Amino acid sequence: MMLSKCLFAAMSVFLAAAAIPALAQDSMPPAPYAYNQLADPEQEAKAQDLMETLRCLKCQSQSIADSDAPMAGDMRHQVRSRIAQGEEPEAIRAWLVARYGDYVSYAPTVSETTWPLFAVPLLLVLLAAIILWRRLRARS
Amino acid sequence: MIAELGLAALWLAAALAALQLVAGALALREGGAELAALVRPAAIVQGFLAGFSFLMLLVLFAQTDLSVKLVAMNSHSEKPMIFKLSGSFGNHEGSMLLWVTVMALAGALIAAVERRLPEKTMLATLAAQSFVGIGFYAFLLLSSNPFERLPVPALEGMGLNPLLQDIGLVFHPPTLYVGYVGLSVAFSFAVGALLTRQVTPDFARAMRPWVLGAWIFLTLGITAGSYWAYYELGWGGWWFWDPVENASLMPWLAATALLHSASVLASRDALRTWTIMLGVVAFSMSMVGTFLVRSGILTSVHAFAVDPERGTFILGLLVIYIGGALLLFALRAGTISEGERFSVTSREGALVFNNVMLSAILGIVLLGTLYPLLTEAFDVRVSVGPPYFNPVGAIFVVPMLLVMAVGPLLRWRKDSLTRIRLPIAIIGGALLAALILVSLLSSVSILPLLGLVLSIGLAIASFMPIRGRKLRLLPIATWGMMIAHFGIAVALFGMASESAFSEETLAAVEVGGSADVGDWNVVLTEVRPTAGPNWTALEGRMMVSYKGGDAKEIDPQSRNFWAPPQETTESALVTRWNGQLYAVIGRQAGEGRWQLRLWWKPFVTFIWYGGMLVALGGLLALIGRLMADLKRRSIKSRVAGRRAETAV
Repeated sequence: MMLSKCLFAAMSVFLAAAAIPALAQDSMPPAPYAYNQLADPEQEAKAQDLMETLRCLKCQSQSIADSDAPMAGDMRHQVRSRIAQGEEPEAIRAWLVARYGDYVSYAPTVSETTWPLFAVPLLLVLLAAIILWRRLRARS
Repeated sequence: MIAELGLAALWLAAALAALQLVAGALALREGGAELAALVRPAAIVQGFLAGFSFLMLLVLFAQTDLSVKLVAMNSHSEKPMIFKLSGSFGNHEGSMLLWVTVMALAGALIAAVERRLPEKTMLATLAAQSFVGIGFYAFLLLSSNPFERLPVPALEGMGLNPLLQDIGLVFHPPTLYVGYVGLSVAFSFAVGALLTRQVTPDFARAMRPWVLGAWIFLTLGITAGSYWAYYELGWGGWWFWDPVENASLMPWLAATALLHSASVLASRDALRTWTIMLGVVAFSMSMVGTFLVRSGILTSVHAFAVDPERGTFILGLLVIYIGGALLLFALRAGTISEGERFSVTSREGALVFNNVMLSAILGIVLLGTLYPLLTEAFDVRVSVGPPYFNPVGAIFVVPMLLVMAVGPLLRWRKDSLTRIRLPIAIIGGALLAALILVSLLSSVSILPLLGLVLSIGLAIASFMPIRGRKLRLLPIATWGMMIAHFGIAVALFGMASESAFSEETLAAVEVGGSADVGDWNVVLTEVRPTAGPNWTALEGRMMVSYKGGDAKEIDPQSRNFWAPPQETTESALVTRWNGQLYAVIGRQAGEGRWQLRLWWKPFVTFIWYGGMLVALGGLLALIGRLMADLKRRSIKSRVAGRRAETAV
């Protein structure tokens, strides 16, 4: 949050002349990469894949790739500029998670709090196998 | 006066539900037979009263009666009439009234037309339907009264969320609700059969059209909802694994399993307990979904904890109905025999396999939806989204699709794979060819690749049951099955293609400038202000051409609503047979340039065509079943008539 605020401040100085007074909530222009793609299509694809798996913290159930919220635009800018600097997507994810917590990532990883998400599907596979084995074997 | 009429009708409907329950329960006992005559009429009148009550709410919204709290909170005098009407269910109280109305109408419909069930099971079913109904009447009347008046009428209404002021959202909720709540019939049938212990093929034949009907509406509702999200939210996403979407997907998964299981019971007298279980689970998922959407728990678990009245009420209903039905099931399941036996390689075997897969997928969706709510209660916030649901779901979807390709080719009871080795070889060859072709043509990541390949294999396989049969003699229901399965393949192809081949261009373009996306060229010719009844907008005029062909004009808008103040994007779409161009005009980007968002989404429309094909397949199956039923009935009556003649 802090960094994005700083960035916003820096941006607004830069672009003050171009700023268009609109609704109060988004009087500041969006960061450059919020609505612009990276020139390199390979990098852009990488960024897009990552953005689709990051949560817009101000919206209900939308990724930052699907949202008009200023904060989502801000985060898109973060992702794209870091990708442009050659950072790996997973490193960016880790950086965002360190900043905003697990909540920001739609891709849960195995941890103390999320292990049931992975244990239950395994259990379901096992359960399905047992049910099928019992139901189908007994009948042949 | 109209609000009071609506409220009175609602109370009367609730009272009739109580009468229906008591009369039904007593009639099931020894010596209560006279009361049985009350049950059907009570159900029918209850349906009329609930329908009347909902009609009164529609009238209040049409008149914009601002002395009614719900209207003042959710409507506005300047809204177009169609959105005034749809605003009646675009809020908590109104949508719960719609819920109860659909439930009562479903009950009335069974009471009016269902004649195949044994009388006792029928009474038990209607009693169960009214038992569930009472809980929701109580919820509505005690904690969510839609007809509440304001002490002082408001001067103007607060308006409806502009995102909901869209034609898609006029039809989507009622369609979805008919499906969602229509499953209550399956639930009541299952409970009724458990009470009277009569789980027979005739029972399944009676239940099947009702399940099919609800399932068709559910399929259409989900398809329409997905298309609405796609074009209205302005970013081209069509499924977000959002808890609200999952709430509609879960009953669909259960109902799909139920449909197939009921077919086995109807044709083969097998899977008795399984069918009953799925009947209970399907509507339980509808109720879980209602709890998720209506309790406020999704916005925040903590908001729910602060104002828990409604949430606790629905949670209580869930515990009573789901818990009660499961308890009854546990007590009675042992006394219902398993039914006919069959071997692994048989139609039944394939259906059992896929029922287990569908149940596992349901389990994953339920887990992924509820788990974040659970951890949030302990102040740990996690997100579960597409990177979880897609691969984990695929573990079960992939084997399910493979079995789905072969299953319809197998015979009932006992069959061998060698008998159908030719079609299996054809399907296998198609899969292999598609795999090689797709991997050679482009680099596609694993899940879309699987989706493309499987959809091609399944599309071919879905019409294989025609092989070696006379087309003219093929039952309509079989056509229905083939078309529904083909629809799944079509939808899957659209999903995979959209995910693999979509192209995106974000560009800041000045008037007269142009941008390319895929094979499209887009020229921004004009940006001008425009206005509607309750909004103003900036409209971008664009000339678009595909591969240098004739230019076509489109006009995406960025709308500003004033009641309540909110911006929405109205995307413009150009549909070709092989995909859609999706154009959005955003904000001004400075120096007279405008933010354009453009996508070329190859075959994206197949997602919804597929959904519609699935629903069409369901409709054909329903028609086929009903016609077969009518035939059987007329033969029966003719035979009975002839017997009577010879007896004379």
